[in-house]
Amino acid sequence: MLEVSALAAARGDRVLFAGLDFSVPAGGLLQVTGRNGTGKTTLLRVLARLVRPDAGEVRWNNTSVADLGDEFFAELCYLGHAPAIKDDLTARENLAFSAGIAGVAADAAAIDAALAEVGLTGREMLPGRVLSQGQRRRVALAQLYLGQRRLWLLDEPLAALDSEASAAFVERLGAHLHAGGVAVVSTHHEIVPPPPATRHALRLGAGQAPAKPGSDTDFPGGRAAGSQRNG
Amino acid sequence: MAVLRRDLLLTLRRPAELMTTLFFFVIVVSLFPLGIGPQPELLREIAPGVLWVAALLASLLALPRLFAADHADGTLEQLALAPQPLSLSVFAKLVAHWLTTGLPLTLLAPLIALQFDLPASATGVLVVSLALGTPIFGAIGAVGAALTLGLRGGGVLTAVLVLPLYIPALIFGAGAVEATLGGLEASGHLSLLAALTVFTLAFAPWAAAAAVRISLD
Repeated sequence: MLEVSALAAARGDRVLFAGLDFSVPAGGLLQVTGRNGTGKTTLLRVLARLVRPDAGEVRWNNTSVADLGDEFFAELCYLGHAPAIKDDLTARENLAFSAGIAGVAADAAAIDAALAEVGLTGREMLPGRVLSQGQRRRVALAQLYLGQRRLWLLDEPLAALDSEASAAFVERLGAHLHAGGVAVVSTHHEIVPPPPATRHALRLGAGQAPAKPGSDTDFPGGRAAGSQRNG
Repeated sequence: MAVLRRDLLLTLRRPAELMTTLFFFVIVVSLFPLGIGPQPELLREIAPGVLWVAALLASLLALPRLFAADHADGTLEQLALAPQPLSLSVFAKLVAHWLTTGLPLTLLAPLIALQFDLPASATGVLVVSLALGTPIFGAIGAVGAALTLGLRGGGVLTAVLVLPLYIPALIFGAGAVEATLGGLEASGHLSLLAALTVFTLAFAPWAAAAAVRISLD
């Protein structure tokens, strides 16, 4: 589904990664780890086509994303560091707007159901400014319960979430992968999706941190990624 | 469209920003009759220029509102990744921006033009010229605002970038009102201004969308 070949990106003079090759099949999760400043966010932004890579290409369904138009964006759900929550809009309005610009048809009932899934029942009418960091993150994650977008690119989705919400997120991620979706998630927490999904690990920043024992296949420097079945 | 509706809703929830722009316009224009004193001849003569420059500066003041907040909270990224073209979203933002900046300025202009003792015919032309000119300020300003996203002191840089580009609109807009005051036909000026508006609205959303993509890179 998602294939990357010889991908390289630099920020200023600093090369973040080069010669990156990996592929994630349908139902696969790629967990990107690495220390701060090693290019996790940049990699996700390159995959989302927000940033142009210095070399290499990203292919989705065997077509380079540079050649894909809106059909790629229609399948993509990218959640960055900033949750895109407006202080002056209620949680319900924020989510409805996010769904609206993503071209996801969602009526009021669907919006409320998605907010209920992330545990915000009874807080639908609260304006963004009174929501805590974790609650803002939950509103952003509620998008994952709307529509059927096959490619998820999530940058630190668990930041500011409590353990209960994290567990709910992993469950939703498992359902997404089970339905044949693809997810690339950058996180410092270990995410273990339920069994049928395959989990791949990619560690950015070669030689800066030792591979964590006990984790799945690790590829220091991001040369290549293989797969290993969980469970 | 979702973007248009949301931007209008946001302005309604926070009317202070809109009021700042309008208040600035009213105050700047009112300072001239107060500073010059009761000389109706002179006031009538400077009115077109003063009103147009004040509207231009007020529009400039409103420009950071266009993209800065959306850039800071990640909304702009989501717009760039939406299945509809970014230039279309930018156009929707421009329409919302004009409805909450240019339109109120245009409607307010005849009221404060009273201070300059403008005849009714000139006031009418003033309203028409501002209705045609304020979209130009928003559209050209959007390109400047998008180019300076994420820069410190971006507001000043935007002004330096876009002010020279505002000059044609200012010349034809103020010129139309002056022509009416001088007893001439204003239609020539207004036609050129309208042509400028159409041209700007056709190209600016596209250029601003490209500028937004550059600043997101």
